[in-house]
Amino acid sequence: MYVKFFNCGKIQHKVKIYYKATYTYKIFKMLQAELITFVSTLGNIAFMCLEFLKGLKSFPTSLKSIMEQSARYGVSSLPITLSIVGMTSIIIAMQVAGEMVKQGGGNYVGMLVAILMIREEGVIMAGFAIISMIGSSMASEIATMKVTEQIDAIKVLKVNPIHYLFTPRIIAGTIMMPLVVIVASLFGVVGGAVASNLVSGLTYKAYFDSVWFGLNMHDLNVCLLKSLFFGFTITLVSCCCGMEAKDGAKGVGIATTKAVVWSFVSIVILDLIFAAIFFY
Amino acid sequence: MGIEVKNLVKTFDKKVILNDISFKVDDGKILSIVGFSGSGKSTVLKLISGLIEKDSGEIITTGGDVAMVFQYSALFDSLNVFDNISFALQERKDLRGKYSKKELEKIVAEKLDLVGLSGIEKKYPSELSGGMQKRVSFARAIVTEPKIILYDEPTAGLDPISSTLIEDYIVRLKNETNAASIVVTHQMSTIKRTADSVLMLYNGHAVFEGTPEDLLKADNPYTKQFVNASIEGPMTMKG
Repeated sequence: MYVKFFNCGKIQHKVKIYYKATYTYKIFKMLQAELITFVSTLGNIAFMCLEFLKGLKSFPTSLKSIMEQSARYGVSSLPITLSIVGMTSIIIAMQVAGEMVKQGGGNYVGMLVAILMIREEGVIMAGFAIISMIGSSMASEIATMKVTEQIDAIKVLKVNPIHYLFTPRIIAGTIMMPLVVIVASLFGVVGGAVASNLVSGLTYKAYFDSVWFGLNMHDLNVCLLKSLFFGFTITLVSCCCGMEAKDGAKGVGIATTKAVVWSFVSIVILDLIFAAIFFY
Repeated sequence: MGIEVKNLVKTFDKKVILNDISFKVDDGKILSIVGFSGSGKSTVLKLISGLIEKDSGEIITTGGDVAMVFQYSALFDSLNVFDNISFALQERKDLRGKYSKKELEKIVAEKLDLVGLSGIEKKYPSELSGGMQKRVSFARAIVTEPKIILYDEPTAGLDPISSTLIEDYIVRLKNETNAASIVVTHQMSTIKRTADSVLMLYNGHAVFEGTPEDLLKADNPYTKQFVNASIEGPMTMKG
C-alpha cells in the first residue's frame, strides 16, 4: 500500500528498503512474530490436550510407567519443595509474629500463616518448585527425543507419541501434586510455628489453636482441587513445549525455557481464576 | 509390487523440495536414492513413512508395515535394547498384550541374532558403539515383519569396516524379509554393494534413474559429477 503512489520501480524499491529499516517496522514485525508464536503454542497445547484426553479411553500406558513418573514427580521433588515452602512460611512468621504479638494479636499468627499456606503459598510455591525441577526436566527430555528423531521413530512404529509420552507423566503429575502440596503445606505450617516461637516466644499451643480456629474444610478442598489442576497443567504444558522443539541443542534450550515460562504463567492465571471463583 | 511413487510433489515454505518424482521398487529389491544434501532424499522417506504429508502425487504400497532406520539410529536412550526392539510389540495399540514375556524374549533374540548381536538385551544404547546402535535399530525396524524398509543414510558416521558390515546386513535383511527397500546414501560403496537400482535427485527433480552399472557408465553430467566427486559440473552447492 505504501508504494501505491509511485510508478517507478526503482523508487518503489528504495521506499521499501527505507520502510523496512525503520524501528517501527522492526518492532511491529517482532511483535507480530511473538503473537504468532503465542497463538500457535496455545493451539498446539489445546490440540495435544485433546489428543491426550482422547487416548485415555484405551489407557495407553502401564502402571509401571505411572509409578516411575510418580516417584520422579513426588519423591525427587520433595526436598526442594519442602525447603522452598518451609522457608517461605518461616519468613512470613518471622515478619508478622513479632509485630502481631506486640499488638496483642498473637492468637492470630497461626491462623494467618496456615491460611496463607493452604490457600496460596503452599500450592504456588510447590508449583514453582515442581516446574523448576520436574517440568523443565520433562520438557528437555521430550525435546531431546524430538531433535534426535526418537519421536519420529515412535511415530514410524505406529505408536502415538502423545499417548505414550504424555499419559504416564500427566497422570503422575495430577495425582502426585496434591500429595506434595499436602506435605509441603503441613511442613510450612509447622515451620511457621517454630519460627513464631523463636522470634516472639509464641507458644505452640496458642499457634496451633489459632490454626484450627482459622482453617476450614473449604480451604482444604480448594487447595486440593487447585493442586490437581496445577499438576495437570504443569505436566501438560511442559510436555507440549518439549514436543514443539526443533533445531538441535539450541531448540532443546528454547523448549525448556518456554516450558518453565508458560507453566509459571499458566499456574498464576489458574490461581487467579481459583481466587476469583472460591474466595471472592 | 512393493512400492510405487507417482508424480510426488512436496513444498516447504513455498520452496519446491520434490517436483514430480516417480519411481517403483519391487518386493525383494533395493533402490538407492542419491544426491546432494538438501536435494529432497530424506523427504522422500519421510513422505513414504507418513511422517509428513505430500502436497500431491500418489504413494502406493503393498500394505503391511513400513519400517524406517534413522540416520543416527534414533534408539530410545531411556530403554534397554530389549525394550527398544520390542517397543512396537509392547506399545502399539493393535499389538499390546498380544505377546507374552517369553514370546517377546524369543522374538527379540531372533532379531538380534539376525543382526549378529546376540545377548545384548540388557544393555542401554549409550553402552553400544555407533555400528552396534545401527544394527539394533535394524532389529527394531524388522520386528513387525515390515513389507517396506527405509534406510536414511545407514552408513553415515561409521568407519569403512562397520559400513561394509551394515551394507551386508541391508542385503541380508532384504533376503530374509523380501521387503522392498529404499536406501538414501552418499556413499558409492553402499550403492555398489546393496542397490538394484539408483535414483538421483537434484533440486527436487529426478536427474537419473537406472542400475548401479548405468550410474558409473552413463553419459549424464549429473552422474559423472557425482561419481567423480567433482566440484565442476551442473550441480552446485547452492542448488
